[in-house]
Amino acid sequence: MCTNCGCSVVGEVGIHSHSHENGHSHSHENGHHHHHHDTHQTIAVGQAVLAKNDRLAERNRGYFMAKNLLVLNVLSSPGSGKTAFLERMVQDIGSRIPTGIIVGDLETDNDAVRLSNSGAATVQITTGTVCHLESDMVLKAAQQLNLDRLDVLVIENVGNLVCPAAYDLGEDLRVVLLSVTEGEDKPLKYPTMFKSAQVVIISKIDLAEAVEFDREKALENIRKMAPQATIFEVSSRKGQGMTEWYGYLQQHLKKSPVSTIS
Amino acid sequence: MENTLNIALDCAKAQNASKIHRLKMRVGDLSGVVPDALEFAFDVVTRGTIAEGAEFEIERVPVICHCPTCDRDFEPMDWFYECPHCHQLTPHIQSGQEIELTSLEVS
Repeated sequence: MCTNCGCSVVGEVGIHSHSHENGHSHSHENGHHHHHHDTHQTIAVGQAVLAKNDRLAERNRGYFMAKNLLVLNVLSSPGSGKTAFLERMVQDIGSRIPTGIIVGDLETDNDAVRLSNSGAATVQITTGTVCHLESDMVLKAAQQLNLDRLDVLVIENVGNLVCPAAYDLGEDLRVVLLSVTEGEDKPLKYPTMFKSAQVVIISKIDLAEAVEFDREKALENIRKMAPQATIFEVSSRKGQGMTEWYGYLQQHLKKSPVSTIS
Repeated sequence: MENTLNIALDCAKAQNASKIHRLKMRVGDLSGVVPDALEFAFDVVTRGTIAEGAEFEIERVPVICHCPTCDRDFEPMDWFYECPHCHQLTPHIQSGQEIELTSLEVS
């Protein structure tokens, strides 16, 4: 169950790549002995509830660092165009910058199939009823990819702007997408998520006019809510703004240009 | 919430306690956690455990920001973290993101 919303973890989290499936088992310890005390006793605990995930995220970070990978955690509401954006990115630069993608969804591997068709090495995590990805799921999924051959690892998180904000996955950059169809005030509604972003991408700008998107207002809201974030405005369909994004990615790559030549 | 309960159950077990009577948490205003949702989840996940029926207290932790220009901490008025002295926006957050199990009362 998620700390934020109480989503359920009943049932298995599925992780599978298209070439092979890995089984995994969980063990639970049980059985404890009690001694009765008559008086109430207060125990000071002082433990961060997400300490376990945070520790595993640090482990992921070290692991990814050793592999010289640039890792992106891509977040948005459902339907903001994460998959289309990544499809376009892989088609445009995938041959130059080898990219692997871990896709988180509640159900179906439709997004992984789409991305895999665009040429990226893809692993799907189906979380069942869990509304976010956690570090241990990401590690298991990442191990199904040949990370030594990749320069960029993208984690497409479950479509949700609330709970995933609390879960560090060991990424280098948090990329939050916001489509023009969602309205200019989206950043004001989800402060926790936008304040944690290094990059904010306004997507579907080819539709801006049709939905009377107030661009200035949106930019102002993002800058006020997330003064630390770099902003890009893109259309995955028409390709506008994608070049600027690729330039930014290129600057943040961990591998030297020499090692990216295959 | 299940994480919180597991930490609490482990602590209670380490003390050989047979019942958790009270559980206190600190939740930051920028943690993304909704206290009402947490209370609801608490009732659900504690069912059938030694924490069932325990009192649940949430202490809210306000957001404190740091302005690097003025080198001062301040409590922002709203979601835009604007320094009251120099009016610059700051991304530096000192507190308000915590989700912490503070203490337990057991027997």
